[in-house]
Amino acid sequence: MTDLDKLEAQTLYILREAYARISNLAMLWSIGKDSTALLWMVRKAFFGTIPFPLVLLDTGMELDEVYAFRDQLVTEWKLPAISEPCPPEESTDPSLPPASRAAARKTEGLKNLISRNGYQGIFLGIRRDEQAMRAKERVFSPRSIDGQWDFRDQPPEFWDQYKTDFPEGVHVRIHPILQWTELDIWRYTKREGIPIVPLYLARNGKRYRSLGEKNITFPVNSNADSIDAIIAELETTKTSERAGRAMDHEAEDSFERLRATGYM
Amino acid sequence: MQSSDFHSTARAQLKLVVVGHVDHGKSTLIGRLLHDTGALPPGKLEEIKATSARRGMPVEWSFALDSFQAERDQAITIDTTQIWFRTPTRDTVIIDAPGHREFLKNMVSGAAQADAAVLVIDAEEGVRDQSRRHAYLLHLLGLRQIAVVVNKMDLVAFSQDRFATISEEITAYLVRIGLTPKVIIPISAREGDYIASPSSRLAWFKGPTLVEAIDAFSPKSVSAQLPLRLPIQDVYKFDQRRILVGRIESGTLRVGDKLLFSPSNKTAEVRSIESFGDQTMPTEAKTGEAVGFTLSEQIFVERGELGSHESAPPVLSTIFRATIFWLASHPLVIGQRLKLKLTTREVIVTVQSIDKVIDTETLAPSAGSEVSRNAVAEITLRSQNVVALDEYRDNPATGRFSLVDGYDTVAGGLISMEGYPDQRPNLRKNPELYHVDHILSAEVRATRNGHYGSVLWFTGLSGAGKSTLAMRLEQALFARGYQVYVLDGDNVRAGLNADLGYAPKDRAENIRRVGQVAALFADAGFIVITAFISPYQADREYARSASPKAFHEIHIKADVATCEKRDIKGLYKKARAGLIDDFTGISAPYEEPANPNLAIDTKSQSIDACLEKLISYVDDKIRHR
Repeated sequence: MTDLDKLEAQTLYILREAYARISNLAMLWSIGKDSTALLWMVRKAFFGTIPFPLVLLDTGMELDEVYAFRDQLVTEWKLPAISEPCPPEESTDPSLPPASRAAARKTEGLKNLISRNGYQGIFLGIRRDEQAMRAKERVFSPRSIDGQWDFRDQPPEFWDQYKTDFPEGVHVRIHPILQWTELDIWRYTKREGIPIVPLYLARNGKRYRSLGEKNITFPVNSNADSIDAIIAELETTKTSERAGRAMDHEAEDSFERLRATGYM
Repeated sequence: MQSSDFHSTARAQLKLVVVGHVDHGKSTLIGRLLHDTGALPPGKLEEIKATSARRGMPVEWSFALDSFQAERDQAITIDTTQIWFRTPTRDTVIIDAPGHREFLKNMVSGAAQADAAVLVIDAEEGVRDQSRRHAYLLHLLGLRQIAVVVNKMDLVAFSQDRFATISEEITAYLVRIGLTPKVIIPISAREGDYIASPSSRLAWFKGPTLVEAIDAFSPKSVSAQLPLRLPIQDVYKFDQRRILVGRIESGTLRVGDKLLFSPSNKTAEVRSIESFGDQTMPTEAKTGEAVGFTLSEQIFVERGELGSHESAPPVLSTIFRATIFWLASHPLVIGQRLKLKLTTREVIVTVQSIDKVIDTETLAPSAGSEVSRNAVAEITLRSQNVVALDEYRDNPATGRFSLVDGYDTVAGGLISMEGYPDQRPNLRKNPELYHVDHILSAEVRATRNGHYGSVLWFTGLSGAGKSTLAMRLEQALFARGYQVYVLDGDNVRAGLNADLGYAPKDRAENIRRVGQVAALFADAGFIVITAFISPYQADREYARSASPKAFHEIHIKADVATCEKRDIKGLYKKARAGLIDDFTGISAPYEEPANPNLAIDTKSQSIDACLEKLISYVDDKIRHR
């Protein structure tokens, strides 16, 4: 098995563990490269069936190309996709810095979604190498009723035995691609021929390395106009993936505050 | 630009955990390692310097990793983190494990994923308790590649003697637990000596740098020689196919293989290996693959069954030993019921005994009745249902488990079958274990309960200690998870025998009924302890005849003088005063058992000593093996 094969097998294993042990699941599909690669593996894990809804937490602020890509894939792959409109910025914590507040709309949308539909498990395509807070995540990560992440007291997780027992009201965030890196995702996307939003490819010396809301996400300088070129670029770059995400850079602990209160 | 072939070929990835006592400089070492190998993103060094300056610290390399505000503020690592760095040969994931004792569960979570470890020891402080505990856990978690770094050499003036002292001490410890360090390197993480390049201040050291040592480690791999182990995760019926899914923990699965599922003992042939999206159907799958497959027969198999080939099946047992690490804040005690998770199988287990508590400091084993937080112990577990497993030394993936108490994972353990045989041959002879539509045999009940149904018939004078010992034994056996019940005058005379008095005829009838009730209990699989004077040999023989195989006559022995001196209920006094007729030992005979199965001398032995004797008798004669 190659490293990509091993990573894929681990992800399939996690998806199937969650499906076997947690009732009422949903997956957040942000249409980005990570959650689309995850979606690809969901289809593999369940042999073409997608046995839970795919949710877009919709702020109405996604880039146009993102919406177009989603509509196309939903039709082509017959996806059980649903859209969860996020409440306006006024409903978020006013003490957060501006870009963080914009991002926190998704937290509120997710809380509404969970409380309305009673989901006990949410699949998320986050990765440890993206951000230092995410590096400390568990694969099965419990959240209190209001979505709080008690990162000071996380459950032990070893030998692929995941926490699957919870008291009433607790839900679990499941992270099937936590161990993948950005480079792994691109290599896998290339190998499998997974479709991507064209914004990831450079046009006029700029490309999006990470996709977020249009008001708080910016393209980076790059000439990588194909997946091969992206892979070559990542082999040498030292710039962080989320450099174009404004909310990560507003304060020393802005991302920590976002995540502790339930952000993805 | 490289060809796309390059991108899809394997790049060896190593997972490296950094462990050691709190404040010995693990995070600093990693921060420095990233810096010295050019892995820090641009601007990160400036950010670290600024964050350090805001807190009035010198450059704090650990800020490259610790990401919680609380971690930066207290300069400690609370939870494990992972960071990627690349050398020309491969990618390495560095797992930073916290060194605080109270965060041991986080250390375990990090270390369990690793291929290799770096143990950091402070040159000034030397080997400390978490240095040893972490090393011990690394060993338990199956790590065999370890490098030791003696950090903060700048604080001991780069002393070769100091380095030699620490090297000797830690090597002696590691060798005792079965770990041989690949290398021991003197470093200064803060100053950068011997991280990525040698240092003139350590000119006396001739070994590799830390980066070279890391490059010499290899990723863990499962031996290709191990037999097939395929735990079933789920069964899907999304379409007309009935697909079983699971991950191959070891061995190879081929289309056409006859699979044995344990513990149900069903067999079926593999018809196909399924995949989504591939043009060609695979004909075989190997260790590590998450597979889906169909069977040629529609047999009922569910999550938790373990697939193997018939020629090399797993062990079946309801009892096994384990070396565990205990992570809960409350201690583990004998008799505790927990959920055991072994691959995809979940069963309820009872802690039958705590055989050894291991002090990770001194490695001295000691007996103990409980295992406290973060301790290591050897215990015996008994499960309600048959479990398919392997010994850890034979097959790690199917020889280890986690324990869940309520909602929480509280322990991890490695299985040993030492002293217990594989129950598979026995279970084969007793097919009713799988199909309970037959009459249940004593053997089947014994397999489930962990002991045979038995009557422990206590006989002896009033005041000899029958009731006291019966109650104490009942508690001790119950704590071991045994099904046990005491029959004595109190609970029998009040109901079942309320119509009987104390005339010789009534006494005989009393004993007859007790004998019959005890026999029913024993037949139902219970251990029943009776506590009656039962002075006549003939009555006891009659009681024995009700359950001849399960009957154990136990003489609770003390002479009249001793019993009269105790006289807890004041009965001897009354008998001497003529207030009680036919009082055994005073005015009626006591026929001592001629050939008891066991005699317990309560005159010269303490209650605890007597109890111990009784427990070891039960262990010896009644426990199911």
